[in-house]
Amino acid sequence: MVEVSVSQRITSDDQLARLLQIGIVLEEVVEARAHHHYESLDAELDEAVESLLADAAEESAEHRARLEELIEGLGVDSVPFDEIESLVDARYGRTQPDDFDGVLYDQLCNEETAYKFYDDLIGAIEGSDAEFSIDRDELLDTLEAIREEEAEGVSEVTEVMERR
Amino acid sequence: MNTADQYLKTIYVVQKQEDGPASTGSIADALGVSPASANEMIGKLEERGLAEHEKYKGVRLTDDGIVKARDALQTYCIIERFLANVLAVEEFREEAHELEAVIDDTVADRLDTIIDRQPECPDCFDPETDACACLEVAAVPAEPEQ
Repeated sequence: MVEVSVSQRITSDDQLARLLQIGIVLEEVVEARAHHHYESLDAELDEAVESLLADAAEESAEHRARLEELIEGLGVDSVPFDEIESLVDARYGRTQPDDFDGVLYDQLCNEETAYKFYDDLIGAIEGSDAEFSIDRDELLDTLEAIREEEAEGVSEVTEVMERR
Repeated sequence: MNTADQYLKTIYVVQKQEDGPASTGSIADALGVSPASANEMIGKLEERGLAEHEKYKGVRLTDDGIVKARDALQTYCIIERFLANVLAVEEFREEAHELEAVIDDTVADRLDTIIDRQPECPDCFDPETDACACLEVAAVPAEPEQ
């Protein structure tokens, strides 16, 4: 076995870039799944859920753009959305929620997962004394702002779920 | 994946490799930590009822420990497969080890929705190659039959 690192720190630009790429993929998965949900349940959607899914897709696209800006600064390529979209397409049937509440629950998982990801990432950056080739404060500000929006997303979905 | 899960996964794999209790030395080697650190964490796992340590023999996971270790190994397989197949990372083993501490299992579950993992996972994990045995096939596609 290869030696593993048991420390939760990020030690290089490359590692940071890879984690930001994973963030981009997560956002793309959210965007593509929200879109699928929207389409698959179109006839039954109520207005609140419809706008929730539309907002989620839009917010993910915006987060993706902010992450792309960061990794551009690290000189690394983004992950093309159409590639992820086709992977979501290919696997969606196997993992799709089977009813309306399932869609909301899936959306809740999306938001919670994204929150957890950014929270861990911020912790790992804060725990690292590595020098990155992008501005550390700017990096943390961006990630904290995105994390905050994910937290808001969790409350929004929860509210809609409670009202139903 | 937290540190305890990384230990559980490692003990599980070493136990399988050694076909018996995992020695503290092998666990420490596999994790790149000192035997003292390994002993400390093994003690914590024992307190939580996840492992049993027998003097001069080594560590054996309890049934609860095995369940958690298999979950952790599955999370690790998702990370490897995701890096190899979605991001086309050549050094996916090394990177998976570097990143596993920062990737939570809920995050791995989401990544799992876009990868093509086999139902037998994590039994297909091969400690010798430090990767899923099925992944090797996927990474080097066979020539299509004429």
